[in-house]
Amino acid sequence: MEPIIAFAPYTGWVYPNETVFEWSVLIAVYPYLTGLVAGAFTVSSLYQVFGFERLKPVAHLALLTSLCCMIFVPTPLLLHLGHPERAFNSTITPHLTSAMAAFGFFASFYVALLMLEGWFAYRPFIVEQAQKRTDLLGRFYRLLTLGSYDVSEHAMRYDKKWIFALAVIGIPAAHGLHGYVGFMYGSLKAREWWSSDLMPVIFLFSAIISGVSLLAVLYVTSCKLRKIAVDLACLKGLAYTIWAFIMVALVLEGLEFANIVYKGREGVDVIMQYVTGPLLIPYFILQFAIGAITPFLWLSYMIWRGTTGKALVVGVTVCAILVLFSVFMMRWNVVIGGQEISKTGKGLLSYQMPFFGKEGALMAIILTLAPLGLLYILTRLFPPWADEATHAHS
Amino acid sequence: MSKQDTKPSLEARREFLSKLGRAATCTGAAVGAAALGVMPAVSAKSPPSAEADSFPTKDYDWTKHQWAFGVDATKCIGCLRCVEACKHENDVPRNAHQFRTWVERYVHIEGEDAVRIDSQQDPVNIEASGSEKEFRFANRYKDAKVEKAFFVPKLCNHCTHPACVQVCPTGATYRTKDGVVLIDHDYCIGCRYCVQACPYGARYFNEEKGVSDKCTWCYHRITKGLQPACVEVCPVDARVFGDTKDKESPISLFIRNNRVQVLRPESGNAPNVFYVGIDKEVN
Repeated sequence: MEPIIAFAPYTGWVYPNETVFEWSVLIAVYPYLTGLVAGAFTVSSLYQVFGFERLKPVAHLALLTSLCCMIFVPTPLLLHLGHPERAFNSTITPHLTSAMAAFGFFASFYVALLMLEGWFAYRPFIVEQAQKRTDLLGRFYRLLTLGSYDVSEHAMRYDKKWIFALAVIGIPAAHGLHGYVGFMYGSLKAREWWSSDLMPVIFLFSAIISGVSLLAVLYVTSCKLRKIAVDLACLKGLAYTIWAFIMVALVLEGLEFANIVYKGREGVDVIMQYVTGPLLIPYFILQFAIGAITPFLWLSYMIWRGTTGKALVVGVTVCAILVLFSVFMMRWNVVIGGQEISKTGKGLLSYQMPFFGKEGALMAIILTLAPLGLLYILTRLFPPWADEATHAHS
Repeated sequence: MSKQDTKPSLEARREFLSKLGRAATCTGAAVGAAALGVMPAVSAKSPPSAEADSFPTKDYDWTKHQWAFGVDATKCIGCLRCVEACKHENDVPRNAHQFRTWVERYVHIEGEDAVRIDSQQDPVNIEASGSEKEFRFANRYKDAKVEKAFFVPKLCNHCTHPACVQVCPTGATYRTKDGVVLIDHDYCIGCRYCVQACPYGARYFNEEKGVSDKCTWCYHRITKGLQPACVEVCPVDARVFGDTKDKESPISLFIRNNRVQVLRPESGNAPNVFYVGIDKEVN
């Protein structure tokens, strides 16, 4: 029989109990998904609250993307729990000193907020479909109207106020949710690699760039699939947003690393051995060089040269894909990397990711892609496209 | 609209806004007060969450005891009877990766700067014992010039401000009034945040039961007046256990008569396992 516990190989001196990796790749997927939620919501807010008109073509797509990712956020956690059936213990009887206890509240509040904002945003469309359709879907839309068919100008003005208010509340909620995820790691004093005051902000900024990048990729893909021209102004707006935030993200991560090295506390020798050895490729090459600095320079070049047309579309899309990859590597390097450095400060472990199984690579890939599957279905039910006469846009 | 119409509506609006302002101030004050109330509760120095008066048996009053543990590393001979006894007593998985207690060996070899450290789980030691169910320290340094060598028994430190208890999202792990950190296996959700939070590596995850596990100082024994299994079997009295409320108990004498130290005092966890005879590398 296959052992249920996977033991990690190690070098140097590690505590006996450390030879089992307790937080798997799924715990890297979890902050990745919450990050996409926060980032996508940022785009929606830039349009709804801050009036970035050029982002209008992706405003509704952003809202749907955020919702789809948020629905899947708890899944990696549930799969990881030893007793998933007891998951609500942390919500029913939250232990207030625990950062993790707040998750259920944060997450459910945020899902409710996204659904409510989505409902207001799509109300004209829902009402129209409810009145037009006679099939089963018509019944679905009629149910969704919640009995309100008033789409008069007065009602629309009222809805707009709600959308604005919810978007305003959503900004601290989305960023609070993700900053809090960073706090879960940053507040653990047992691990030098995690224990940093900068961790929540680092998580936040990497979240924003990942969400905006996802939207850029989704937007370009959707245009190709729908065979319509990409709105270059909108894409440029997304590119500017990525460019601005990636700078902050890079500086923060650089500062964080510099702090560890410069302070040189106990165990720093092993950390240096780690970053220049096993972490060299995932951290410096994949996360920084390829994932962050390349797109930053490329975007800078395109902004500087005023690149437009196909070159811009291809450039921004590739940069966005690189950023998405970089942010995943960041989550990996934090969650897995933190556990590969022994608490003893005298040894290193090596995570062996299984491919199959409840917490394997395949499951991680499925859970990361699942929100996109849901998004595909939702865009069929609630077209987020601004160019069509769907009346989805108020 | 006439002037008369406008005026009252403006006044009404002003009145409404001032009400709104007052309401906002009140809410702000309430939130502020709540935050002040919550701050001490969520800090690392919060009191234990367990509040029942008597536990676990009727004739045991947990307010009457304050347990503590002592380790005299100068006495330990590395026989590992404690590790095996603990595995038997507490149904710890019989493998070389999960322990409630373990013993570390520190060896300084002539001409080497770094100390060599291993524990019974080291593959070389497992090979020497021939099984993952029995433990021996392999005689691997017999040909080396050893300058200094000693053993250090380790276990949960049952901290006064345990980081594991602080991070538990359900309160399944808690500190009892008699100073023992326990886990409610019927309530633990198996998130393993506590395993990550413990700076001593004292916790492991029991895959079969789906819950975290660690040393309880044999709470089922000490509440009946017995010694923890590891203390009971130690042939050289390297492990000392007792009630600090009793000034003549073995642990009170151990702390009083020795210059003791704790592991990682900088963590702020305030451990309750006191060590004698450990070196600078031990953490």
